[in-house]
Amino acid sequence: MSLATTQSTAETRARNKELIEEVLKVYPEKTAKRRAKHLNVHQAGKSDCGVKSNIKSIPGVMTIRGCAYAGSKGVVWGPIKDMVHISHGPVGCGQYSWGSRRNYYVGTTGIDSFVTLQFTSDFQEKDIVFGGDKKLDKVLDEIQELFPLNNGITIQSECPIGLIGDDIEAVSRAKSKEYGGKTIVPVRCEGFRGVSQSLGHHIANDAVRDWIFGHLEGDGKPKFDPTPYDVAIIGDYNIGGDAWSSRILLEEMGLRVIAQWSGDGSLAELEATPKAKLNILHCYRSMNYISRHMEEKFGIPWCEYNFFGPSKIAESLRRIAGYFDDKIKEGAERVIEKYEPLVNAVIAKYRPRLEGKTVMLYVGGLRPRHVIGAYEDLGMEVIGTGYEFGHNDDYQRTAQHYVKDSTLIYDDVNGYEFERFVEKLQPDLVGSGIKEKYVFQKMGVPFRQMHSWDYSGPYHGYDGFAIFARDMDMAVNSPVWKKTTAPWKEASSVKLQAAE
Amino acid sequence: MAQSAERVLDHVELFRGPEYQQMLAKKKIFENPRDPAEVERIKEWTKTAEYREKNFAREALAVNPAKACQPLGAVFASVGFERTLPFVHGSQGCVAYYRSHLSRHFKEPSSCVSSSMTEDAAVFGGLNNMIDGLANSYNMYKPKMIAVSTTCMAEVIGDDLNAFIKTSKEKGSVPAEFDVPFAHTPAFVGSHVTGYDNALKGILEHFWDGKSGTAPKLERKPNGAINIIGGFDGYTVGNLREIKRILELMDIDHTVLADNSEVFDTPTDGEFRMYDGGTTLEDAANAIHAKATISMQQWCTEKTLTFVAEHGQDVVSFNYPVGLSATDDFIVALSRISSKEIPEQLARERGRLVDAIADSSAHVHGKKFAIYGDPDVCYGLAAFLLELGAEPTHVLSTNGNKAWQEKMQALLASSPFGQGCQAYPGRDLWHMRSLLFTEPVDFLIGNTYGKYLERDTGTPLIRIGFPIFDRHHHHRSPVWGYQGGLNVLVKILDKIFDEIDKKTNVLGKTDYSFDIIR
Repeated sequence: MSLATTQSTAETRARNKELIEEVLKVYPEKTAKRRAKHLNVHQAGKSDCGVKSNIKSIPGVMTIRGCAYAGSKGVVWGPIKDMVHISHGPVGCGQYSWGSRRNYYVGTTGIDSFVTLQFTSDFQEKDIVFGGDKKLDKVLDEIQELFPLNNGITIQSECPIGLIGDDIEAVSRAKSKEYGGKTIVPVRCEGFRGVSQSLGHHIANDAVRDWIFGHLEGDGKPKFDPTPYDVAIIGDYNIGGDAWSSRILLEEMGLRVIAQWSGDGSLAELEATPKAKLNILHCYRSMNYISRHMEEKFGIPWCEYNFFGPSKIAESLRRIAGYFDDKIKEGAERVIEKYEPLVNAVIAKYRPRLEGKTVMLYVGGLRPRHVIGAYEDLGMEVIGTGYEFGHNDDYQRTAQHYVKDSTLIYDDVNGYEFERFVEKLQPDLVGSGIKEKYVFQKMGVPFRQMHSWDYSGPYHGYDGFAIFARDMDMAVNSPVWKKTTAPWKEASSVKLQAAE
Repeated sequence: MAQSAERVLDHVELFRGPEYQQMLAKKKIFENPRDPAEVERIKEWTKTAEYREKNFAREALAVNPAKACQPLGAVFASVGFERTLPFVHGSQGCVAYYRSHLSRHFKEPSSCVSSSMTEDAAVFGGLNNMIDGLANSYNMYKPKMIAVSTTCMAEVIGDDLNAFIKTSKEKGSVPAEFDVPFAHTPAFVGSHVTGYDNALKGILEHFWDGKSGTAPKLERKPNGAINIIGGFDGYTVGNLREIKRILELMDIDHTVLADNSEVFDTPTDGEFRMYDGGTTLEDAANAIHAKATISMQQWCTEKTLTFVAEHGQDVVSFNYPVGLSATDDFIVALSRISSKEIPEQLARERGRLVDAIADSSAHVHGKKFAIYGDPDVCYGLAAFLLELGAEPTHVLSTNGNKAWQEKMQALLASSPFGQGCQAYPGRDLWHMRSLLFTEPVDFLIGNTYGKYLERDTGTPLIRIGFPIFDRHHHHRSPVWGYQGGLNVLVKILDKIFDEIDKKTNVLGKTDYSFDIIR
């Protein structure tokens, strides 16, 4: 049992407050003042977590955040499989994000699907000096010639594009016309825009609105016959197959999924989405914008859901079914019942091994709150959480529906703060990203990557929950964590060995 | 339902069952998919000589390039100095990418900070970001040195690092005497190997040439020591340790510059070491007095070696020496420069590599290979293949230039096994795909991304290079020195034998050749 669970809520609150004060001491005065607003101890009953968010990161602190390009190319657009996404600018951005997010898809890569290819205009000095529009023009021609089965092209701007005054919109329009109305989408997701990945999501959403929805031709009739049960999955990037293990549940309850945004998605699915009866939204942070737009423009309602862990899955299936008739409501119950034996078996196997274990999270998107229920289904307790690029509406949802009283909250945490927090709170598990993984493992703390599922997954849906439970167990209970101290050394000299 | 608590299926198996397969088949109708016959036709077309010609006619588009950008190399070099924090001035997302990239390869933490410039800095310049950033980094992470480099954003707007650092010191961000070397590392020039070169030169220039006018320039008092520079290297952990072992065996007084072999290989014992090992700042300064500087990778150190030579040292460079002859040349050069005897132990190690080659060369001889990677890595591997009697048919380096091509071509021309082999500078892995289809080879050597080529063309991949994301721990073993040559030989042989087994393991059909002894 870790320290955290042996204390009363009041004690925990006092200790966490003290911890925040202690951490802030390292900073120059100005920085301490700014960081203080991002750290808090959650108070039950409050409407949000009491932290400022979506504010510029402070220079030099080792923020874990990325950039707008990462939010657009890396998250929203990159997974659309039948379009070619050009990393427009120097080679690095596309290189570092090449294939690293595991947005699964089915297709013939390089022929009709392109997710795991790295297309770049590979800017050289002359392109910076003379502008890159001519090069872009040629890049588009070369893509058309060598990848003739692409269904569209997006231009993902890297930092220099916006700084040197290139007119990628004009190039896109001209080339689209030249290719008979081909979908070519310029995206202004230069990395210096905004404060994190978040603005990149928004810009990418707006590009769908303006360059996909804004160019729908004719009466917009889909190429399939509509049904009253058509829904679109919004904000699932199919990491390790998450969208698939979600889709199967929706279809089993009688709904028909006509589009996936954007994991394993296609241009045709984006275009057909305005015909959905309901948009169901998993990652609120990255795709609420387009959901709101479709509500306003096409009158499509949207509802948030959470497919992590059986409690939230059942709650979500019922909520989604609430938008439909009895047939679907019965379908939801049938699905919940069908998977009950699996859920019971998973919990029976893993809960005894994980009961009472504490977790600290620091992730992006929806996960700092969405996975809490799944941990609780396994008897684990989340004692600290924070968002890499959340906004206040994320912290509201977190406060109102997810975190317990006195949970430590850290927005845009940096390396120093996170290490100190973990060192003091000694959780049994940390869930964060690749940059954090090895830091905490060196400290002897079990860790799972909660962006990439540590190359496992899916974690969504009932099938995913079994994998989630297995993975958390293998992290927390790996025999290696008992071996971090050499037998001839005093155990007391070890910092941060996960307490038993 | 395929899933169960007893046998949990993850993505590798879960989706293969009929439930998911039917679901995915039904999904197709919403995708407006291409006609399968057309997909097949285009797929076959991409394998043709005609496609290759169009592919090689590309002038603007890069597809699957095998290179990264300058600051990655700068960060890699900077962490090779004692308690040094790399500080990249510009957009913050870049730093998140470098750290992830290095962590995915080394399976280790990678510490680096950004000055987090955003729109306002794009308009007004990033001076305030530098002032605040240096102060924060200095207070939080207690570095002994902060090594500054730049993202392309800061380069495009023309931020002046020298002036900014000077102003930051005046404003008290860090003490006046605190070491803040810098290097401009524009991503739109060269690649990560260029960034390595620029950063290392920046650091040496800082210590040797008067710390940007704040200290007297060092006066060189030649001694007998040798400086070693590893260059950008995915095997830095194993390689630098092996080089140090050899230098110690030869009793040569030495300094490894940018020695990141410890920081990328720290123990799990309850303590996170943000900094570990590294060239001490004192050694970095005193390196000016050395007799000579040896670079293990010419194309990673062009500017650095020129700078060192201007300070009066002898400079020698190698091209990622792998295998027998290249290691011989390295050892002989060490002996010549240091006037030290080559110990018997190295002769024995050499003999063991010769022994291994003699034992196994029949399996490598005459095999055709394609190689891609950084310019020096390609050269070193091609040279080793030639001495094994193998043919490095295609040697491709996205960040190789014309001079590299000429040197590479000269190497190929020097061996009977290099006839008909070709060097391809500035080309990418989509070009390589065409080469493998139109002029097939037996094996491909490259980094993890080569697995896409292996899948598409059926050419078995031997993973040597950077990054290696999908295999673990190989960076801990050297590929340099006689021992390293043996490691490379074993990697190649293992793949060759695995392939023979794969070709001969069909029961009752091909398994007459499924031999127990090979």
